[in-house]
This record gives sequence, structure tokens and C-alpha cells, in this order.
Amino acid sequence: MQDAASSWDWQPGERVILDSVTCGKTHQWQEEPYVASDGERLAAIVRLEDETFSMCVNGKTWESSFEKLWKPCFSPDGRLVVIAQQDGEWSLAVDGATWEEFYAYLWHPCFSADGSVIAAAIQNDGQYGMSVDGTTWSNLFDNANEYAISDNGQSTAAVVQTEAMAAADLAAFRRGVYTVAVNGEAWKNTFMNAWTPTFDAHGRKVATQVRLNLYEYSIAVDDAVWGQTYNCVWEPRFNPGTGEVVAPVRIAGAWGMAQDGKTIWDPVFFQCWHQQFSTDGKVLAAIVAPTFGEFTVAVNAKPWSTTFPVVTELTLSTDGKRAAALACNNNVDWQVVVDGTPWRGKYDMAWKPVFSADGTHVAAKVEKAGRHAVLMDGKAYKRDFEHAWDPVFSPDGSKVLIRAVDKGTFVRIVATLSDFSSRG
Amino acid sequence: MGIQERLIEDVGLREGVSRLNEDSIQKTVNAVFQGETGARLKAYAEICLRCGMCTEACHFYLSHDKDPTYAPAAKVKQTIGTLLANGGRVSPDQIYSMAQIAYSECNLCRRCVHYCPVGIDTAYMMITMRRICHKLGVTPQYIQDTAHSHSATFNQMWVKDDEWTDTLQWQEEEARDEFPDLRIPLDKEGADVYYSVIAPEPKFRTQLIYQAAAILHTAKIDWTMPAEPGWDNSDMCMFTGDFEMMGRLKRKHFESAQKLKVKRIVMGECGHAFRSVYDVGNRWAGWKHYPVPVVHSVEFFWELLTQGKIKLVSKYPGPVTLQDPCNIVRGRGLGDKLRDVIRILVDGDIVETTSNREHNLCCSAGGGVINCGPPFKNARVEACKAKADQLRATGVKTIIAPCHNCHGGLDDTVHKYELGMDIKFLGDIIYQCMERPEA
Ligand code: SF4
Ligand code: SF4
Repeated sequence: MQDAASSWDWQPGERVILDSVTCGKTHQWQEEPYVASDGERLAAIVRLEDETFSMCVNGKTWESSFEKLWKPCFSPDGRLVVIAQQDGEWSLAVDGATWEEFYAYLWHPCFSADGSVIAAAIQNDGQYGMSVDGTTWSNLFDNANEYAISDNGQSTAAVVQTEAMAAADLAAFRRGVYTVAVNGEAWKNTFMNAWTPTFDAHGRKVATQVRLNLYEYSIAVDDAVWGQTYNCVWEPRFNPGTGEVVAPVRIAGAWGMAQDGKTIWDPVFFQCWHQQFSTDGKVLAAIVAPTFGEFTVAVNAKPWSTTFPVVTELTLSTDGKRAAALACNNNVDWQVVVDGTPWRGKYDMAWKPVFSADGTHVAAKVEKAGRHAVLMDGKAYKRDFEHAWDPVFSPDGSKVLIRAVDKGTFVRIVATLSDFSSRG
Repeated sequence: MGIQERLIEDVGLREGVSRLNEDSIQKTVNAVFQGETGARLKAYAEICLRCGMCTEACHFYLSHDKDPTYAPAAKVKQTIGTLLANGGRVSPDQIYSMAQIAYSECNLCRRCVHYCPVGIDTAYMMITMRRICHKLGVTPQYIQDTAHSHSATFNQMWVKDDEWTDTLQWQEEEARDEFPDLRIPLDKEGADVYYSVIAPEPKFRTQLIYQAAAILHTAKIDWTMPAEPGWDNSDMCMFTGDFEMMGRLKRKHFESAQKLKVKRIVMGECGHAFRSVYDVGNRWAGWKHYPVPVVHSVEFFWELLTQGKIKLVSKYPGPVTLQDPCNIVRGRGLGDKLRDVIRILVDGDIVETTSNREHNLCCSAGGGVINCGPPFKNARVEACKAKADQLRATGVKTIIAPCHNCHGGLDDTVHKYELGMDIKFLGDIIYQCMERPEA
């Protein structure tokens, strides 16, 4: 997206994109707004007078309307995508035109990193799989879930059920009727369960959590299970530098990190999950609980000294030198924590922090008393909004794009670093 | 009558024990004792005074003509007590009996702990026995199937990903005949309320989703339901003893809510799920409390009614009695709020059962017992005799039960003991009596 962002308007200042976010065409109701990454368009589902649904984009409805629309979103390359029903069947509408193919059901749209490839989960005649840009997998299955697409969009994967099971058939379940299908091709081995298949950086290899029996969990990579089993595991991740696979593992009741079956972080944590690599793979960070009920971030196995009752939304800078996350207590008093130090303010809600490409700045959207604000390096932008979306840094990191709605107006603000005062 | 005389044939238990021998049993039992139970279990086993104060507390005992083998302390003695006394070395047949006691003759209702002078939690002992049984692979077929469903689909009824959203959209469509602009907003980020249910709702009881949507819509709540797995707050893995899966389920549930940036989770009228989210599953995952507040329907309805967000055009004709669900009343102290809500809704008295509030008798379905399925049904309903007697003595025609398990259990009970009573969810009554929004 950073490449695409270089062509956006980065002229500092505020531009009103829409004087009114209300759809121009008469309608029964209008649903939640969604905005494009570049801040040039705002879209919402509208229910028209004739009881059909359409998308309203910058005040104008699509020419097409549908029996039903749900889950709108802008793809990373700025196309407006929504799940659409016509004549009782489902497809994906992209900028107003559906895929040629329709399905008994379609859900979970997902994208390659650049947005050029769109995939979705589909069901036809009780058979499950994926469709990629409207082309269905050549094999479908009795069930599928846990869908994934590679960053380059060349591969898709899901956990699939390889044989039908009778009601309460414990023996079949114990034998294992689940595996991973990549581009519709099921692996040979089956497992009791499989979860969260994930691709390597090139979209060639797949790693997944597996449960071998009721008690033994492990990681399988391209259909080969690690030699080691564990009391429990969480989602695997590929090291983008080396291709090695790491996953949180539970050993004797405590969590650590294993790489290709060998422990690399000692199992000393009450929890360890959401691990993430820097782009070069040299830094590995994760959300951990060094003691019961106290969460923080560990970078290369070393936890920050500050802990919180809940930590979410870990983000690493591209070079891995910095890490940010959110902390809260019982879902209130949200804080943005950067490199172990919380910013001053506490909020009713906060959203995932965003690093500038060079890692020097961090921004995040927060909510207080029903108003949204955008923070950068702990300082708030000079005004707040009825609704704002996640901030986006300019490719050089010197500006922040703020997309927001206030008093019914949709504005696009390119803020410079000096626009952020210190009252946050 | 001892456990040997009342053994029930269950394929899950039978096949489970067929894979065991005394060595394998001993190894597993001692691994659990040494690795997982700590001081609490030993202390409980050692400090029991054999005073029998807990005996009269248990509805299994009361419903079986005061058969002492159903007394809480006796059930502990026949299970964990025997394992401790034998260094974990017992026969596969003994494990069968122990499994039957732990899974089907204790609802983990925790009534007995209120009567024990030294505070022994028999439910903890029974759940530890279930943990051992899970580790031995000896679990009743039906509840184990439910646990399998949880692991494969993240809900307890094998509801497939598309069936979930399809059902919500179907209910939304239906409800629009009555409420033309009603929405069941899917994946609405930043909503105040994330409404979560248990899988029997989309599977069999879709009218409950309809009613909830009608109530949330009428009350003008900013709400959402998740479009992806994580929506089912229930947790049979907690009751089979599969704590790893229990933790996985709670992670999925809470992260689903965190992802949508909601302020709180409101859950439907379910008891056991509440125990899993506020007490057990959350803690396995490492959270001291819960990461996102979870509000039970009883509390939520209380808010809506006392804040005037829902107004009534009529009241439900009383008198009524009520079933205090163990997990939200004994476990969470919602007894007063439940009665407040009923007083607002009902025209007439609340006729209490003799045992009520934190001293209520369990419906005999809780703790996963109803989920053990048809083989155990008769025994379960027999264990509800004491409750049935109390219900009959109220002389009223309506039981209000804000819990799915209680409903299922009491349904069978009303039928078997010919009580001639109706069982209502609070949502049924609110939906029936509330003022509709102006068209
Ligand atoms: S059913 Fe309830 S009262 Fe009886 S032993 Fe179990 S926890 Fe105690
Ligand atoms: S009341 Fe407590 S001490 Fe007395 S027999 Fe029961 S468990 Fe033991």
C-alpha cells in the first residue's frame, strides 16, 4: 500500500470530500460508512425505496442494486468490494459489477497484500472451498473454514473436512477428518483438528496448527508434522528472512516459543501469542504474560518491564527496532504503549498503532466520550471528530493522512507533524 | 443403591475404558495430581470432616430417597478419594463408574459448598475427576461429540460458517415483516454491544435470535453480531475436562469481540457459558478477569427496563415461579436483579420455590449433564424429582428460567412429573409485552 500511497495527494491541509455523508438518492436507511485508504471516497450500504440495496459512494448510488448486500470494504488497491445477493444466490460485487460466478453462499472476502487478488469462502450444494477472483477451487469439501490467502495472492488455503461424518461419530473424529487444502488440493495427512493455516512470504509454503489426538498439539508445515508435540500451540508464523517456522507452545503448563520443533523462548510465560517478525526476520516479538493476569510484549524473548491486565494489537516497525501495542483494563482505560512506555492519555477505546515506514513515528486512533481523535507520538491532532479511521503515514513519514467525519461532513486532512499538539 | 447397580451403558465411556489398563490409568491420574491440581485438591481431601452437612444439599441425594451414595462427600470418596487412596491405581471398570458419577451424577452446581462447614467445593473435585477422565479418553459420547464440534467449528452444534450468517440474515428478513427497518448488524466495528449466543439458537431456537434482535432494535441499542466464528459463547470443553480447548474457545470469543472494538459483550439467557467466560476459560487463557466485560441478559434486561429503553404495553399474567440458574445466581449473584426484572414484567406474585436464590436446587441439566445425551436422560430427570416437588408446591402455571440448560432440563421434568407448567425465557415475555417502535 505504501507504493500506492506515493501517488496520493499529500498536499498539507484539509479538503472536504463530501459536504454531507447522507446518500443523495432517497432511501429507507443508510448503514455504516467505510472509506478508501486514500481518503477520497466514502461508501455505505443503502436500502432503497424499492426494498433493494445498493452502495452509495460519495453521495451517488451504484447503478446496480441487489436483494442484499453485506460486509462492504475497500480493497488495499481501492476497489469497493461487497458481498451481494441476486436471485437468491451470492457473489462478490467489485465496484458495482459482480463476479460472473454466483454461489449458494459466499463470505469472508480477503485480499492479497496489494489488493490485486480477491478471494472469498464459498459454498455450493453443501460443498465448501474458496473462489479466487470468481474462479472456484477445482475441489470442494464437506466443510471448510480458517481461510487464508498469501500476500502475493498466488495461493489460498483453508482447513477442510475430507470425509463426511455421521452424527456423534467419535471414531471418525479420532481418526482425523481434517487437513489443509492449498488451492483446493488437500494434504495427504489428516488430523483431529487443524487451525490457522498461514503462508510464507512467497506464498509457497503453508504452516498450520494441528491437534494429533485429544492431548497432543503440534505444527505441520507442508503436510509434515514437527517431530515434537505439545500440550497446546498457537498460530505459526514463517520467518520472512529464513523461512523457519515459529509458534507459541505450551510445555508443562507454561508457554514459550518453538522454532521448527525446538524451543527458542523458554516456557516461562502464562501466555504467549500474536508473535510477529520484523521484515528481515531478525526480530521476533509477541504478546506475553510473565505472571498470571499481567500482560506485556516480549521482544526476542525479553518482556517489557511494564505490564497490563490486557494487551492487544502488537505492531512492529518494519525494521523491528520498535514495537507498539494497546493495553487496557477490562476494556476501558485504553493506552497506546510504545517500546514499553505508555503514552500519557487513557481512552475509552484505541485502535492498532501504525508506524511510519522508517519507524520513527507512531500514530493511532483513539476514542474518548464518543469522539475520535488521532494521536501521533503521543500528541493529539488539533481537533477531534465524530468518527475517524486509522491514520496513514505518507511514504516519507513526514505527514499523516486523517480520514474523518464531523458534523455530517467527510474530510480528508493531510497533517504535518507540527499539527499534533501535546494535549493528548 | 451403589454405582455398580445403576451403571448406564454409554459407548463413549465403554470404548474409552476398553483402551485402558491399570498402568496407563495410574500414570495419567498421577500426572494430573502432580502437574495440575496443587494443594487445593489435597486439602479438600484431607479436611473433610465426614460430617454429612453437605448431604441434604444435593438434589441427587434428595431425589433418590436419600440414597447416601449420592451424597457429595460420598461421590468424592468414590472418585477422587479412591484414586488418592490407591495411588492412582484402579481398574478400567472403576474408571467407568467414576466417570459416570463425575459426568452424570453431579451438576457442578456448587450448592453443597454452601452447607460445608469447611468450604469444600465438591464441584471442583468432580471437575478434576472429569479432567482425569478426559485425559484417559473416557467421556460420554454425546458431550464428547459436542467438544469435537467446538474444536472443529468453534461452536457446539456443528454449525458451519455460512449457516451462521445465513441464519442471522434469515431472521433479520423475517423480523422485517414486523419491524420494517430492523437490522442484525454484522461485524459492525465500534458498536456498544456485541450480542453473543450459544449454538442451539441458530440451530434449533432461531426465534430467540429473532426476539433478541427485536428487543435490541426497539431499545435502539448500537449493537452487532460477529460474522465469523467466535460468536458461540458456550463451552462444553470446560465440562468434559478439555481445558486446552476451553482456553482456545474463550480466546476466540474474546478476540472476536476485541477485533470489533465493542464496549461489552451481552450474552443470551445461558448459565454455563457465563461460568466459562467470567471464571474458568478466561483464567486458563491468563486473564485475571475478562478482557471484555460480559453482561448476562438478566442484567442487560434490567438495564433496558429500568432505564426506560424498553417500555411495556402489557404485563405477563402471574403468578409465576422462577428457576435460579446456578451459574448466574449462586455463581454471580444475579438473584435480586432477576426478581426485579420479573416484578417489572409480571402482573402477579412471584411464588418462590422452597429452595431459592443461592440455595436453589439445580435443574439437574447443568454442568454438562444434559449434554451427555439420551443414555443419561432418565437418570437426569429422576434427579430432578426434588425440584419437581418444589415446583409443584408453588401451585403456579409458569416457570421463568433465564438459562438454556434449565429450559431443557425443566422441559423434561415438567413432562415426566406432569407438572402442567409453561417455561419462559425473560426474552419471550419482553418480546410479548414490549411497546413496539412506531412505524
Ligand atoms: S450436584 Fe451440586 S450439590 Fe450435588 S454434589 Fe454436585 S455440586 Fe454438590
Ligand atoms: S459438609 Fe464438607 S466436611 Fe462435611 S462431609 Fe460434606 S464435604 Fe465433608
